[in-house]
Amino acid sequence: MSPEQNPSRSFGRRSFLRASGTVAAAGFLAACGGNTGRGGGSTGGKAAISQWYHQYGEAGTQQAALRYAKTYSHADVSVQWIPGDYASKLSSGLVSSSGPDVFEFHPDVQMAKSGQIVPLDDIIADVKSDFTEKDLAANSVDGKVYGIRMIDDPQFLYYRKSLLEKAGVQPPTTFDELIDASRKLDKDGVKGLYLGLKAGSDILASPLVWATGSELLTADHKVAFDTPATVEGLKKMRELYTSKTLLLGAPTDWFDPSAFIQGLTAMQWCGLWAMPGIQKALGDDFGIVPLPGIGSAGRPVVYNGGWSTYVSAKAKDVDAAKAFVKWLWIEQTKLQEDWCTSYGFHIPPRKSLAAKATKLQSGTAAEAVKLFGTNGHYDDPYWTQAMTTISQDMVNNAVVSGKNPESEVAKARTRVEAELKKIA
Amino acid sequence: MTTTTTDGARTVATAPPGPAAKMRRDRHGTRGSTRTFWLFAGPFLAGLLLFVYVPVGWSFYLSLFQAQNTVVPTRFVGLDNYADILTEGPFTDSLWTFTLFALIVVPLTYVLALALALLVHRIRVARAFFRSVFFIPTACSYVVASLVWKLSIFNGVRFGLANTVLGWFGIEPVAWIGTVSPPWYWMVLVTLRLWLQLGFYMILFLAALQQIPKELYEAAWTDGARPGWQTFRHITLPQLRTTSVAVVLLMLIAAYQAFDEFYNLLPNTPYARPPLVYLYYTALGQGQDFGHGSAGALVLSALITMVTLLQGRIFGFGKADS
Repeated sequence: MSPEQNPSRSFGRRSFLRASGTVAAAGFLAACGGNTGRGGGSTGGKAAISQWYHQYGEAGTQQAALRYAKTYSHADVSVQWIPGDYASKLSSGLVSSSGPDVFEFHPDVQMAKSGQIVPLDDIIADVKSDFTEKDLAANSVDGKVYGIRMIDDPQFLYYRKSLLEKAGVQPPTTFDELIDASRKLDKDGVKGLYLGLKAGSDILASPLVWATGSELLTADHKVAFDTPATVEGLKKMRELYTSKTLLLGAPTDWFDPSAFIQGLTAMQWCGLWAMPGIQKALGDDFGIVPLPGIGSAGRPVVYNGGWSTYVSAKAKDVDAAKAFVKWLWIEQTKLQEDWCTSYGFHIPPRKSLAAKATKLQSGTAAEAVKLFGTNGHYDDPYWTQAMTTISQDMVNNAVVSGKNPESEVAKARTRVEAELKKIA
Repeated sequence: MTTTTTDGARTVATAPPGPAAKMRRDRHGTRGSTRTFWLFAGPFLAGLLLFVYVPVGWSFYLSLFQAQNTVVPTRFVGLDNYADILTEGPFTDSLWTFTLFALIVVPLTYVLALALALLVHRIRVARAFFRSVFFIPTACSYVVASLVWKLSIFNGVRFGLANTVLGWFGIEPVAWIGTVSPPWYWMVLVTLRLWLQLGFYMILFLAALQQIPKELYEAAWTDGARPGWQTFRHITLPQLRTTSVAVVLLMLIAAYQAFDEFYNLLPNTPYARPPLVYLYYTALGQGQDFGHGSAGALVLSALITMVTLLQGRIFGFGKADS
């Protein structure tokens, strides 16, 4: 029997090796293809849209997002709920072919100028006047609107009324009063104030500059924060930090109210979103104040965080993605109200919706809306993420590491100017 | 060649295999082996090419461009990105952070791993048990370990494990991660890395210790050397030279690649930001500055290569083989 006739010989050692090698190669190539998480371009004639959210902390938000997507009948919307470092996952997604079609993020000039996102003027045109001017400005680059504001998230100082009364302290209205209050409240195992794991050098980097009366950039996008007032602000923050009354190293960061609720601190910087949880835990035993002004030109600051929706220029079907955004964040006012007030509290960016949001019209929530209206500060799309990191380094170096504030401000100015050249 | 049999029939000769036939068969065999080699090695070489060499090449390309929010840039800037990151700033600061980290971690890991190996080597009972106990942390993820260190052991509030122990002695809670002066955060970073890495290096030393011939020690004792420090210094340590060089090399590279513990314990803080964390935030965070990120990555690669070669030259890596 010739080898050709003998199956055992024909599928010998060498053939086996060859075949298994081929399988290995095929497996490798298949792995290269990978699951992008985007699904196909369309299913059953419907467009397929991939929508990305960061992981919200409030219970029920993920289910709500999935429900909204399922309700949309003109396309198959797949929701990706991304825990952890959302910004990094998003940035790598946007430069690759596996990114989202629709996603939430913060306004950023470089995303617009590099063509990662598309203008949304056409879908917002009919209701533009119903959005606040500041929200529109925060999402506009060169006169075009790139993002639809989903939620406004004011941030302020929460304080525990009973602890302040016990210590004979009034809610602080100046930065000196804040330092004094933090000192007096730091007792019996409860720290005075919690500004997050980085002692506020991250989340308060911009509000600190605003609180001194300075701006980050001028209206024509030039450096504006390098003022004596900013230096004074850094010195005051350093004074607060060296008072050793700040809670440091809590299990959760500033955006989670756990440290405040658990009685680890008497005051905490946090957002409106946390208010329902705080109410549930503490009842009426809490109040809010803005970040107090610093120095003679100082002003109280309520920082508006929040999120906006964008459409990727690499979306499989940009028009379908825009149509979905229009449906969800412009036409479906009931869903927007649900998103803003049924889980954590957020202020609806639409004036008409904000006026109707009954949960925000009484008690401390109403106070929050009022403070937001009078002291709200918004992100500038021209203040890029690189600049944010630079200002955070400036505050961290001057406040936490105790470096010379004048030279830190000067260094930050040089670095921000270099960044501004990139977007000129 | 033909031969004639006694019955006169001519048959095709079955000549003894000559050089030409052997060469043909060898060529055939070589061809088969080559094909098999490419079948198996090919996919992995393709992977290496696709996921290592192409990205390195693309990184070099990006490093010469202003690549903001794009990996297909058009604005050529030459060596500007290199000049930017090498001037005083966060990248050079991050190199100092690394240097300090390496200066603390490398000698400490070396000494403790060697000490552990000596103990486990000498122990007579339950050697496998102790070997496993010290090695098991190596299997733990850096992320998980960082979270345990951050949330449980070195939690800054009064109910953290370390603070509970301090509380027994009447000492106030310490904000381990948030305290810069004194720099308690180094305690968290260093103990974490020691716990994760000691076992691995201990195993390397243990293997090397088992290779040292007993006769050397017996000869030394005969010549009057005292067991203990004297034999350790003059026999054990020199015999471990090759392993030591390899271990230090691995530890240095691992220190250069420090990312997970810094990222999870102290994300993006200027006083504790090693190069990889800085590059991650520059290129992959919201920064999306792939030009500067790529330049930094290549500078870092060059540094690692230089340090590796230098270390090999100084300590004579591979000298024992020659």
